Amino acid sequence: MLLEALTLQLGYNATLVAIGAMLLGIAAGVTGTFLFLRKRALVSDAISHATLPGVGLAFIVMVWFGMDGRSLIGLLIGSALSAWVGLLCVQWLSNRTRLSEDSAIGAVLSVFFGAGVVLLTVIQGMSAGRQAGLDSLLLGSTAGMLFSDAILIAVGGALVLALTLVLRRPMSLVAFDSDYAAASGLNVARIDLATMGLVLAVTVVGLKIVGLILIVALLIIPPVTARFWTERTERVWLIAGGLGGLSGYVGAAISASAPALPTGPIIVLVAFGLFVLSLLFSPARGVLSSVLTHLQYRRSVHRRQGLLALAQGQPIYEGYTLRLLQREGLARADGVATEEGQARAAKALLDEKRWEILRGLQAHKATAARYDGLTNLETILTKDQLRDLDTRIAAPREVTP
Amino acid sequence: MTALNLATQNGHCAQAANIALSPLAIRGLTVSYGEKPAIFSVDMTVQPGSMTAIIGPNGAGKSTLLKAALGIIRPLSGHVTVFGQPLDSQRGRIAYVPQRASVDWDFPTTVLDVVLMGLYRELGLLRMVRGEHRQTAAEALERVGMSDFANRQIGQLSGGQQQRVFLARALAQKADIYLLDEPFAGVDAATEKAIIAVLKSLKAEGKTVIAVHHDLATVEQYFDHAFLINTRPIAEGTVAEAFTAETLQAAYGGRLATAQIDRLSQAG
Amino acid sequence: MSGAEFVPLSLTPLLIGIFAAIACALPGNFLVLRRQALIGDAISHVVLPGIVVAFLLTGAVTAWPMMLGAAGAALISVVLIEAIRRLGQIETGAAMGVVFTAMFAGGVLLLERSDTSSVHLDVEHALMGNLESLIWLEATGWHSLLDGDALAGLPPELSRLAVVLLLVVLFTWIFWRPLKISTFDEGFAQVLGMRTGLLGIALVMIAAIAAVAAFDAVGSIIVIAMFICPPAAARLMTDSLGRQVAWSVVFAALSATLGYVFAGYGPLWLGASDSVSAAGMIATISGVILALTALFGPRRRGMMA
Repeated sequence: MLLEALTLQLGYNATLVAIGAMLLGIAAGVTGTFLFLRKRALVSDAISHATLPGVGLAFIVMVWFGMDGRSLIGLLIGSALSAWVGLLCVQWLSNRTRLSEDSAIGAVLSVFFGAGVVLLTVIQGMSAGRQAGLDSLLLGSTAGMLFSDAILIAVGGALVLALTLVLRRPMSLVAFDSDYAAASGLNVARIDLATMGLVLAVTVVGLKIVGLILIVALLIIPPVTARFWTERTERVWLIAGGLGGLSGYVGAAISASAPALPTGPIIVLVAFGLFVLSLLFSPARGVLSSVLTHLQYRRSVHRRQGLLALAQGQPIYEGYTLRLLQREGLARADGVATEEGQARAAKALLDEKRWEILRGLQAHKATAARYDGLTNLETILTKDQLRDLDTRIAAPREVTP
Repeated sequence: MTALNLATQNGHCAQAANIALSPLAIRGLTVSYGEKPAIFSVDMTVQPGSMTAIIGPNGAGKSTLLKAALGIIRPLSGHVTVFGQPLDSQRGRIAYVPQRASVDWDFPTTVLDVVLMGLYRELGLLRMVRGEHRQTAAEALERVGMSDFANRQIGQLSGGQQQRVFLARALAQKADIYLLDEPFAGVDAATEKAIIAVLKSLKAEGKTVIAVHHDLATVEQYFDHAFLINTRPIAEGTVAEAFTAETLQAAYGGRLATAQIDRLSQAG
Repeated sequence: MSGAEFVPLSLTPLLIGIFAAIACALPGNFLVLRRQALIGDAISHVVLPGIVVAFLLTGAVTAWPMMLGAAGAALISVVLIEAIRRLGQIETGAAMGVVFTAMFAGGVLLLERSDTSSVHLDVEHALMGNLESLIWLEATGWHSLLDGDALAGLPPELSRLAVVLLLVVLFTWIFWRPLKISTFDEGFAQVLGMRTGLLGIALVMIAAIAAVAAFDAVGSIIVIAMFICPPAAARLMTDSLGRQVAWSVVFAALSATLGYVFAGYGPLWLGASDSVSAAGMIATISGVILALTALFGPRRRGMMA
């Protein structure tokens, strides 16, 4: 069943959902990246929760005018408007009062959602209130998706993606260093607003498939995952988009392949699964490689410090250092150096003295900046330069009166 | 037994004596972020009853040194003792004055309240604040010249006033060792005078004062010992020994003009 | 309205709402001051999987396993968030976002797949609470408060919340000083020997326990409003921590009371017949109070003024 789902053979609805989810995932991953880089990832939670009252009001208004309350486009317009108001409230609270941005986000998020819930129950009491359609916007519902819905999502997603790509340079600049961007003449406030507007658009587009509570996942998880694979901004959004699309497609397929597997949560869990794999195994920042690198570094530091202590006749204070030196045959259990240890200690001390001299010399400022306590100067300088330093070590120091 | 090893044994004995008496002795302290060390293998032995300035260029790790020694940051390696004992057992004898910028001054609390925070070890979780505690706090405020501000909301204070309140909090602890992180940064001249007067009076009482100091021009005036650091220790000793043209050159590299260094090391 | 109507139908939901609001507002004060308001967002999302797992393991909707499940989920989420922050050098908000959305999705999935017909755990109630139905039918009037048989019929949520509220009040009172000192100046607190890391986790645990107890009343999402809005509004009223906490309790109780009343009777006053969501209305009222203090509160601009 799963294989069929992945190759789009499970029927019309499943195919629509899979493709729609994929496009949504790409758009969310790319757009979410810029909010994430700007260190404002959770504003998207406020935006998504603030859509609810708009949805409710749109329904009520449409029914009042005799239209079908469940028209997706009407609901989405309503959601966009109230999310926009919510955004403005977040700005206002954090700029005009002593409250910090996180409090503003949390307040708007919960209050707007609460108001939305009130409206949903109002609709429940209305005669035209078959609000089952509205409930589904909380967690998404892909049963009986209409072709028009799919077109809406596809077009909306594509538009957002296009706009994001057009604006990616200014958004990256502002995210990386807003002061520098402002000094370069960019209108930081407007670019921030544009970023959040794009996030809002993705949220609105995604309401149908994953619902407002889970859309945040698609805006945050792929960019964070991408961050484990690259240090370059241009790559982050690319990888995030790919991961988002993959999660959407695979998630939708899995959900279609068996009953009682709601689409929204499955897509989110697929995205999270990809994240966990990256967390563990990414060569740059994954748990495995980080821990190994860290342990190795710690050993190097302790080894170096132990050797320097031996060379200078100082006691070794930390048990770990002594055990390490013992294990490597450089010292005995009582802290006295072995022959090998004495040789290595002398070398370490020489290197240390060379670095000390070098770091005080104007001429070698560039090399001095590379000092990290461990790198042997012999691997950086030429034999002549080393000889020069050695003479300075041996020369009698000037004594200032 | 080789000469080196005999020397080692003798060296160990002298070291041990030094450490037992030192108010703050640090051995092999290394802090790194990723694989770039902020400070590397730092040894420091503070002399009892001294006023020591920790100086070095920006990013040299001066604040990091203080914080790692006190356990606020986790070091990669390091052995820290206070009067020969492990740091954790001597916390009652240490008073710390952090950088002013590290705190949100919009916090809902008054000047008196902040000073009373210094009495936490005495008050614990539930003991009531009594007259004697208020007395201690009042004396501390008096000593820094902030008695009139006791009930003021801290957000209403100027930079200099905030710094004095921080100092009063430390004074209320009645500690033996005072560690300050850039106590003179961004304060007015009157406050600077007031603070140095308090620090000197502490020294007169036999206390030990260690301060990360940013202003080279006043090192000789204010301090009697200096510790120069630039990721690694550069020099340690009395101001005459450690604060010389040579050591400054080594610490600051090309960042100070030679004329500046000459002027600084010859003043006083 | 007479006692014969009020006591059985409104007294207990009102009390439950008030207790829930205050139990959340108290720790919320410190979360707001520590700029950790969004931990409230994270907690309210992760209690869902915690509760569902507890339900699946024990096979019944009993209170204390649910509390444990929620506290356990909060602990796991805190550990995961910290791990992501350190390893990936990811900012706190994003790390929280990854963890709580994934855990919430997991909770919803488990909920959908478990047999929900035998139990009241369904998604709508998990999100929006169930306050209106926590009534006390055994009561017949004010005198029922002294009637042992009637008291036995009190909704269990009430006593649960009363216990949790007591726990929260005790925690706040006992740890008042360390909470204040470590929130104001963490480095200084650490040098004094305070275990600030543990204290931070304890605060989050207490908030999680309050959230789970309030879960029955107002559902998981609206709990965030209770963590943040009353303390935030209180913050704009005063420069004293003690008074801020007092204001937050007043605002919380007010939100709960007015929210419940407007939800139940508002529609009737407007000519409609059905009540609206009490939980939603409570959140809305707390938002209105916050808006009012943001516009008129004496200390709304703090140091910015």
